[in-house]
Amino acid sequence: MKINNSAALSFKGGIHPSGDGKNLSSAKAIESAPIFERYFVLLGQNAGKAPEAVVAKGDAVKKYQLIAKASGFVSANLHAPTSGTVAGVTTIPGPMGVPAQAIEIVSDGLDEAVEPFSAIEWQKADNKVLLDRVAECGLVGMGGASFPTHVKLSPPPDKAIDTLIFNGAECEPYLTADHRLMIEYTDPVLEGAAIVGKILGVSNIFIGVEINKADAISELQKLADKYGIKIVPLKVRYPQGSEKQLINSITGREVRSGGLPMDAGCVVQNVGTAKAVYDAVVKGLPLVERVVTVTGEVVAEPGNWLVRIGTPVIKVIELAKGVTANPGKLILGGPMMGFAQKSFDVPVSKNTSGILLLSKEVAVNYGSGSCIRCGRCVSACPMHLVPCLLGCAIEGERYDLAAANHVMDCLECGACAYICPAHRPLIQHMRRAKAEIRRRNAK
Amino acid sequence: MSEDIKVDQEIKLPAADQLVLSSSPHLSTSDTVRKIMYKVLLALLPAVLAGVWFFGLKALLVIVSCTVFCVGAEALWCVLAKKPVKNTILDGSAAVTGVLLALNLPAGVPLYVPLIGAFLAIWLGKQVYGGIGNNPFNPAIVARVGLLIAFPALLTTWYAPRNFNKSFGYDNFVTFEQRIAVEKGEKKLDAVTCATPLGLVKTAPKDELSQGFFAHPQMLKDYFIGNRPGCIGETCVPALLLGFFILLAFKLINWRIPVCYVGTVAVITAVAHMISPAFTPEPLFHLLTGGLLLGAIFMATDMVTSPITPVGAIVFGVGCGIVTAVIRLWGNYPEGVSFSILLMNALVPLIDRYCGIRPFGYTVKREKKEVAK
Repeated sequence: MKINNSAALSFKGGIHPSGDGKNLSSAKAIESAPIFERYFVLLGQNAGKAPEAVVAKGDAVKKYQLIAKASGFVSANLHAPTSGTVAGVTTIPGPMGVPAQAIEIVSDGLDEAVEPFSAIEWQKADNKVLLDRVAECGLVGMGGASFPTHVKLSPPPDKAIDTLIFNGAECEPYLTADHRLMIEYTDPVLEGAAIVGKILGVSNIFIGVEINKADAISELQKLADKYGIKIVPLKVRYPQGSEKQLINSITGREVRSGGLPMDAGCVVQNVGTAKAVYDAVVKGLPLVERVVTVTGEVVAEPGNWLVRIGTPVIKVIELAKGVTANPGKLILGGPMMGFAQKSFDVPVSKNTSGILLLSKEVAVNYGSGSCIRCGRCVSACPMHLVPCLLGCAIEGERYDLAAANHVMDCLECGACAYICPAHRPLIQHMRRAKAEIRRRNAK
Repeated sequence: MSEDIKVDQEIKLPAADQLVLSSSPHLSTSDTVRKIMYKVLLALLPAVLAGVWFFGLKALLVIVSCTVFCVGAEALWCVLAKKPVKNTILDGSAAVTGVLLALNLPAGVPLYVPLIGAFLAIWLGKQVYGGIGNNPFNPAIVARVGLLIAFPALLTTWYAPRNFNKSFGYDNFVTFEQRIAVEKGEKKLDAVTCATPLGLVKTAPKDELSQGFFAHPQMLKDYFIGNRPGCIGETCVPALLLGFFILLAFKLINWRIPVCYVGTVAVITAVAHMISPAFTPEPLFHLLTGGLLLGAIFMATDMVTSPITPVGAIVFGVGCGIVTAVIRLWGNYPEGVSFSILLMNALVPLIDRYCGIRPFGYTVKREKKEVAK
């Protein structure tokens, strides 16, 4: 199937990093990771309130068994990734750089599972039943934000949703997890998308995919008609996968400043979430595993693995045969918005799309020259801000100026900082200003 | 093969405290300010070579001395201000300023002119504001205007370019006495001083203007290839256009500035010429003479001193065009490019403020594009 590249849609702005590293792992089929000795299932891995552990030290658990229960509406259940014994709720290095609470499970190596939930015939099922199943299975947004999916699928009645968009853009350099998922789980992704459409009562369903994943686009297009889903080729441009930009690329709508996608009549979900919805509804399986890309120039054998939630990162790196050179930086997520880690013991969470090891040369690349007003950040900013002037205002601690020039609309996507020839730490400036403005407004 | 993998595995992961912790993004472009400046120098190369070709070794001397003095002035400032010398000089910005200054000077100026110009440009035009990126005015233009005020005679003494005696305008641009001296072999051609087309137009009799003498096709051809008196870098149009395309190819300038600048001058002079041919020559004359193209392509487009938004660039270009045309048509100076750019430089913060961009999400448009089918 030939894809017309010039017809690919896009928002205005953005960047494309040269040498985006996708070729390291894009051709590697997804492999299932073996069972490891210990798992650390983070309690606070969803946006909103952390769930409460319902198991105690010494309890025997089986795969898919509920181990932590949502503590409110904006919260998500957690399930055991394998069978074994609970070693307690322990404090481990967290992915946000601070210690975090996790349920430690010592595997018995048998991987015995509890009986899955009953399969739902979703075409005929009541929406309430489908929503409850999504909540029961602990689904969260798998693109990065980890927002509980059942909340996103319950928009307030005054917000009319007419468009559902699935994000298969995978605009972050290096990451190929969604790419492989769309190729190898094409039908589950599409069926999951259709289920979400049913829950929201929306028939206008799109899957946006960047055209550097032509194989995924053609695979999806083969089956898309069956579910009435439209596959939209998108230009290769970071941050194509950002909610507001994706909505703009596909529908031309702009989410108002400070608004949510639902204000533009849209709901956006990751393709990984679509597959998880399929697993939950059609197979009755809670979310206990996800596809993770392990990559980087220094990784011996980069690839994509189906990894249980709670697997320590070091174990996944060992699956990729370790490293060929000394890495300088460990990142969870992609290189543009991912988080640098200070421990190899951090576990995989529901939103861990990638484990990226960057070489020392790439990792230690700092410096902050004077702004020469080249304007590249202005053309790169997907929110159409003027990052260079904001950066100078913030350096002068003129938070009033920064606020007046819409610093609060900054996505922190990092396009400006990437493209800056003076290598100015623009994102650090933006974050500092946003925190300071929030602090002042809270007074 | 399996042995190779074993060797690989012996490279251990570093201790966790060796990992670099930093805020995203973790990648950055390989482009640097230094590379940008060296690309600008490359874009200036055609104009430099053309200047040396037309005005000879004395032009080369001016170019080299301007560059060396500018870099030296920057180094001296850094030493006095206790700033890193090597890194500052290697960014190439002082060299760019030096070459630009030289291209804006007549060939044959005594060497103290580049020396004073270098200090005007680097110290007064750039470093007093805090160095690269912080100067409100284009340093090379600060120096050029400063020199023009300080040494009006030296800065308007133009020497004949190569083979000028065979050009169409020779009789008009060079005095009778000098022409005789050249013919007798008493004076070499490159020592002949001449008027410039713009200067001559200011003083020319009305009937000569209305007959369209200054825009004679033969004359326009000489203006185009650069065989006319003028500053070292301003005469050769093909070289300037080549530089323009190099700048565009490297995405180093905003095309709106030169296009709006030159376009505005063309429109205003065309209207003036239509109303009264005796008042000013045709617009093509104005585009090909003086420093308009050099200024529009290389000086007005200086990143640091031009607006940052697309609309701002248009306003800036049009403003430069209006001021240049007004000075050329009604001012006492024959040429107004330097003044216009300097004046518009001062307005850049204001332009940036009022010609901003509409941020994403500030007017909600629904269904702007046809949704993909």
